[in-house]
Amino acid sequence: MSTVDIIKRCEELYEDTYFTAAREWKAADPSRKVIGYMPVYVPREIMHAGNMMSLGILGGGDNLEVIHGDAYYQSYICRIPRSTIELGKTGRLDFVDGMLFPSICDVIRNLSGMWKLMFPETYVRYFDVPQNYQDDIGGNYYVAELQELREGLEKLSGNKITDEAIRNSIQIYNINRNLIRELYDLRSEMPHNVSSNDVYLLNRAGMVIPVEEHNEMLRDYMDAAMRLDNPKRDNCRIIINGSFCEQPPLNLIRSIELAGCYIVDDDYMLVNRWLLNEVPSEGNPLQNLADAFIHESADSAAKYCDRHEDVGMYLLGTVKERQAEGVIFAAPSFCDPALLERPMLTDRMKEHDIPHISFKYAENSGQMQPIREQAGTFADSIKLWS
Amino acid sequence: MSANIETLDPQKDSSMLMQKEMINSNYDALTDTANNGKKVCSTFVPGNLNELIQSFGMLNNLPETNAIQNAMRQQSGGMIQSAERMGHSEDVCTYVKADIGMMSKGNIAPNGKPMPNPDLLLLSYTGCFTFMKWFELLRQEYKCPTVMLQVPYQGDGEVTQNMRDFVVKQLKEEVIPALEQVSGNKFDIDALREQMRRSAQAEDDLVWVLESAKNKPSPIDAYFGAIYYLGPMFTAFRGTQQAVDYYKVLRQEIEQRIKNGQGPITPGGSMGKEKYRIVMEGPPNWTNFREFWKMFYDEGAVVVASTYTKVGGVYDQGFRHDADNPLESLADYCLGCYTNRNLPKRVDMLEKYVKDYEADGLLINSIKSCNSFSAGQLMMMQEIEKRTGVPGAFVETDLVDPRYFSAANVKNRLESYFQMIEQRRQGQSNMIASAR
Repeated sequence: MSTVDIIKRCEELYEDTYFTAAREWKAADPSRKVIGYMPVYVPREIMHAGNMMSLGILGGGDNLEVIHGDAYYQSYICRIPRSTIELGKTGRLDFVDGMLFPSICDVIRNLSGMWKLMFPETYVRYFDVPQNYQDDIGGNYYVAELQELREGLEKLSGNKITDEAIRNSIQIYNINRNLIRELYDLRSEMPHNVSSNDVYLLNRAGMVIPVEEHNEMLRDYMDAAMRLDNPKRDNCRIIINGSFCEQPPLNLIRSIELAGCYIVDDDYMLVNRWLLNEVPSEGNPLQNLADAFIHESADSAAKYCDRHEDVGMYLLGTVKERQAEGVIFAAPSFCDPALLERPMLTDRMKEHDIPHISFKYAENSGQMQPIREQAGTFADSIKLWS
Repeated sequence: MSANIETLDPQKDSSMLMQKEMINSNYDALTDTANNGKKVCSTFVPGNLNELIQSFGMLNNLPETNAIQNAMRQQSGGMIQSAERMGHSEDVCTYVKADIGMMSKGNIAPNGKPMPNPDLLLLSYTGCFTFMKWFELLRQEYKCPTVMLQVPYQGDGEVTQNMRDFVVKQLKEEVIPALEQVSGNKFDIDALREQMRRSAQAEDDLVWVLESAKNKPSPIDAYFGAIYYLGPMFTAFRGTQQAVDYYKVLRQEIEQRIKNGQGPITPGGSMGKEKYRIVMEGPPNWTNFREFWKMFYDEGAVVVASTYTKVGGVYDQGFRHDADNPLESLADYCLGCYTNRNLPKRVDMLEKYVKDYEADGLLINSIKSCNSFSAGQLMMMQEIEKRTGVPGAFVETDLVDPRYFSAANVKNRLESYFQMIEQRRQGQSNMIASAR
């Protein structure tokens, strides 16, 4: 298959707000369940081990008209909870057996309670993660949280989720994470062959199809991409930061590329790359997942940085690793985590003379011209003055 | 959370003078650390471990209450704009921006003297995501030790043993060692127990005061008036003898008001006829606090119960600080703060208040920059209307940013709401009369 064919399939999956692929997966076997989850991170291995598909819910995007959802929120709340409620209220999630709301911010936290009130028959769990990184404190707490999640899913499915099954699932998700890392490395190496549009759509596809199918898709795409010989553009290499929850419209990502930037790293869909290294697939699987979370996970504004000197260093490290020339801080409007953290990150960038700009968006932002102008001016300024 | 206005009623009650004196004394102590040699711990109102801080001989500084003080003195607007010029987003919490702006303007306390830099930031991560980043920002400014106490959210509406154990372990292995190191004092569990015994005494009287609103007329306003009552409990005085004394005196005053059949004291004097009994959800606006309050008492509306008065601890559902199990009790205190409870539980609490206090309606003051309170309030209002049959109303303001208080808009909504309650009442009376 060519990259074009693969991305066409990804586009279909991206635009499908009825999640047909996931519905079909579930319908093929009555014992299967589907568990929806919101950003930033959930341990999908545990669902997988219970013969459940984890379905990434990233709001409704720019094509979903939000009517019901807007009735639940004031104007100063971001759009992702509105469109997520819209998905729920319009029956688009009627096949979903459970929803996980990870601890990312107060809006998503409160949405977990709203979901309980709106859909009392659905399994709903607020999934907490540790902000204490001591093994015997935060680690122990988190292992117990993982165990509670396991037990809740067992009750939902009526089946045991064995350690062996979780270990097996860890192996499969290790492959997925490796492939995603490889994809990001490939894009950084050859952004003219691997566009951010493609990387984004491939990541989105992984939210809505079984992980085994996603692994094949990634492999096929990368094999095809490496054979391409697209012309190289005189683009700036930039990193996008702040877009880890409510997603920008695809046109925004395309606009940044069209404006003269190669996006060489980003924080879209962090769940795919949250655990940075291979998770051991022997021993106690919950302990392994906890250790990986505590010691080898990505950084985001939803996480506590326990040492001041580490603030912004993950981003700085990524800038250096990807040989990026600048950072675009692109956060959704009203996003507490991204907007509260931004001044600290921009300070770190200033300290290291890394050019950066900031703007806000909503998942249904329609006006791309200002974005193109801003990104284009940024790219020009880097080329002229850096 | 504390307020310190110059005049409430010409015949100032003793409790008002006591409260004012207590709040002032804390600022006097904080601004005199060069002489008194005390160390300063900054923390948050939800999850305020005042007993623990005091047991180390440290002073308690609460940036939220500083923001409130600045707002009530009409200074927060300039501070917020200063922070926004420094790069802080217009979308984020105005308490944070008021605090950062306050720093940029010399960190001057209400007594006109400069506040000291904190010696420790006790990041009690309770019921609000913003707290986490707020203290990361302050850590960058002050470059002082910071200790995180993560208080898990009650996602399922209950406190689990895992949550409790996690908080206790952090207290033992992170928070207490940090307090020891900074204060130079060893942890004295007996001193802590003594504080907590006093806390429980004060809590008994506080709850009695809050529940006095079940009387008709209510002798207190359980939102605007209660801000003053909660000051000592939510700030640097829970656990002290002063707080015990204060709540005893307050209770006696309220007992007298009940005997006299009096309504609450307001900035305009004793309130006249009680016409509307309201339950309030959401924090108050601080920049226009008295103006907002006037919109209620001018209409004969009294708030009989509120949830904001539980933000620094919920005491009217049975919890008391327990000196026999001090660390577990501190954990339960933190876990039980209002904004750490899930939405269904918050709705249950509001439903109970509407019923127990025989309220005519639920009013939500939705705060633009507080997602912890605000996200989901529209659904909460619908739920309460469904469960209780009382009408809900919704106004939008902000905590300490004066740009987001539109007096005309708010007054218009409130007047319409009270008229609607009146019409429903008349309609119901007519129906009853016709049925006879």
